[in-house]
Amino acid sequence: MRRGQTFERLMQTVFFLCACVAVASVILICIFLFSGGAPALKEIGVLRFLTGRRWEPGRETFGVLTMIAGSFAVTLGAVLLGVPVGILTAVYLSFFCPPKLRRVLRPAVDLLAGIPSVVYGFFGLTVLVPAVRRLFGGSGYSVLAVSAVLAIMILPTVVSVSESSLSAVGDGYYEGARALGAGHERSVFRVMLPAARSGISAAVTLGLGRAIGESMAVVMVAGNQAIFPKSLLVGTRTLTSNIVLEMGYAADLHADALIATGVVLFVIVMLNNLIFALLRRRRMKK
Amino acid sequence: MRRAESLLLRIAVYGAVGLTLAVLGLLMLEILRQGLPRLSWDLFAWSYSSENQSMLPALVNTLTMTVLALAMAVPVGVLSAVYMVEYAHRGNRFVRVIRAFTETLAAIPSVVYGLFGLLLFVGRLHWGYSLLSGALTLAIMILPVIMRTSEEALQAVPDAWREGGFGLGAGKLRTVFRIVLPPALPGIFSGILLSAGRIIGETTALIYTAGTVAQIAGLRQSGRTLSVHIFALWNEGLAQGEAYATAAVLLVLTLGLPALSARLSRRSGHGGGKRR
Repeated sequence: MRRGQTFERLMQTVFFLCACVAVASVILICIFLFSGGAPALKEIGVLRFLTGRRWEPGRETFGVLTMIAGSFAVTLGAVLLGVPVGILTAVYLSFFCPPKLRRVLRPAVDLLAGIPSVVYGFFGLTVLVPAVRRLFGGSGYSVLAVSAVLAIMILPTVVSVSESSLSAVGDGYYEGARALGAGHERSVFRVMLPAARSGISAAVTLGLGRAIGESMAVVMVAGNQAIFPKSLLVGTRTLTSNIVLEMGYAADLHADALIATGVVLFVIVMLNNLIFALLRRRRMKK
Repeated sequence: MRRAESLLLRIAVYGAVGLTLAVLGLLMLEILRQGLPRLSWDLFAWSYSSENQSMLPALVNTLTMTVLALAMAVPVGVLSAVYMVEYAHRGNRFVRVIRAFTETLAAIPSVVYGLFGLLLFVGRLHWGYSLLSGALTLAIMILPVIMRTSEEALQAVPDAWREGGFGLGAGKLRTVFRIVLPPALPGIFSGILLSAGRIIGETTALIYTAGTVAQIAGLRQSGRTLSVHIFALWNEGLAQGEAYATAAVLLVLTLGLPALSARLSRRSGHGGGKRR
């Protein structure tokens, strides 16, 4: 009996330690990332690093402002293109779709969320870049092409999460709206959609996080010039693609500066995550 | 007036759904249409050369990588889910801390995982570019997925079953392993397949941890997986046809796994069937 108890106690400790692994991993990642990026940030200066417009490893000039701008530009583009379509698709699945079709489409959307980003990138490279080139001229490697690839990539996520939150709205809301004389479309858009607002904004934040952190789908279609994204048709370089492109041959300060780029990305993503958590807390309170 | 509004909204909804289906359909069709005809036996030759960009080494490495990363992440993930659901008191502050950290882990971009793996496993621990470095990096990356799906599967087991176990005089441990875990297994398994899909599809976190060498790699050797293979072919600027063929294989693999997982959890009915 006593031996059994000791064993129970031991196993409980093992379970507990396993649960600590996730916490330890986050701490380790923070330690290594921040201590890896610190030397460069110290040598270059945080402000100069963040506001510098030039990235010239040959001259030891490192500024990531153009890449921050690049990351924000393509993410904004992806959200503008992908989110309205995603939400409307979710509305279709929840309120307009025949049940039989829904049973096929709903799992299909979840499946599509599992397509690797390198495949999205390859699709962008072979289909979207030539399309942009034909339609608008230029090389095709552009902010527009990246935004389009990212929009397609976040589409399944946005649809899936929005659809879940739309389906979670009580039927009573819809019936109430219909009883007051509103038509089907009006009930859906004026009552159901606002009721699912916080869930849908969480879907948007999630898609945004995926878009800003994506590297592979971006690097293949962005053209990767470190210039300010002044137009939709010029090439761009994001924080993520900067790291992927140069980490292979970088050394010394250059390598440290790339890790510091990772730190900037990490901080941006964590801020986005914080917003996501706050949104969800508000939803839970309701 | 009101009719016009309804009509417009209806058009918007149908337009959006048409666009979604068209775009995603085009993506799959295009990759398969271009890729499948380019598959040939030569692409599955034992070794890679600059004349014949065989994907077999990458395929074998993908398999090794998946098994390795899962072998590390699954026990830890499942046991920590057991702690969270069965042992910690509900609303425990520590549980909330772990949840917050797990969500943080899930939000970290793969390029940051790559940098971390490079700094810790490749650099500090001197493992070099190797399958081991890559697998550990990916194990941390998929941990949140395993934890979340396992927790959901365990939570779906009714409390009455646990009480039944205690009532029959079984200890806590016995109850957990003999009564609670078995019905949760299909749910846990579908989480494992989901994670396998992520491992197979991952590129960025592997380039600077497992490296890009096109060989069938051992634990301490550098080897590219299928996804990295596509990136490498693109990066070298050669062999677009082979890249298409690899992309098609990758697409079939990553779409096949979750489909299998859905079928499994549906068949088992209990525990795994819980929808989010």
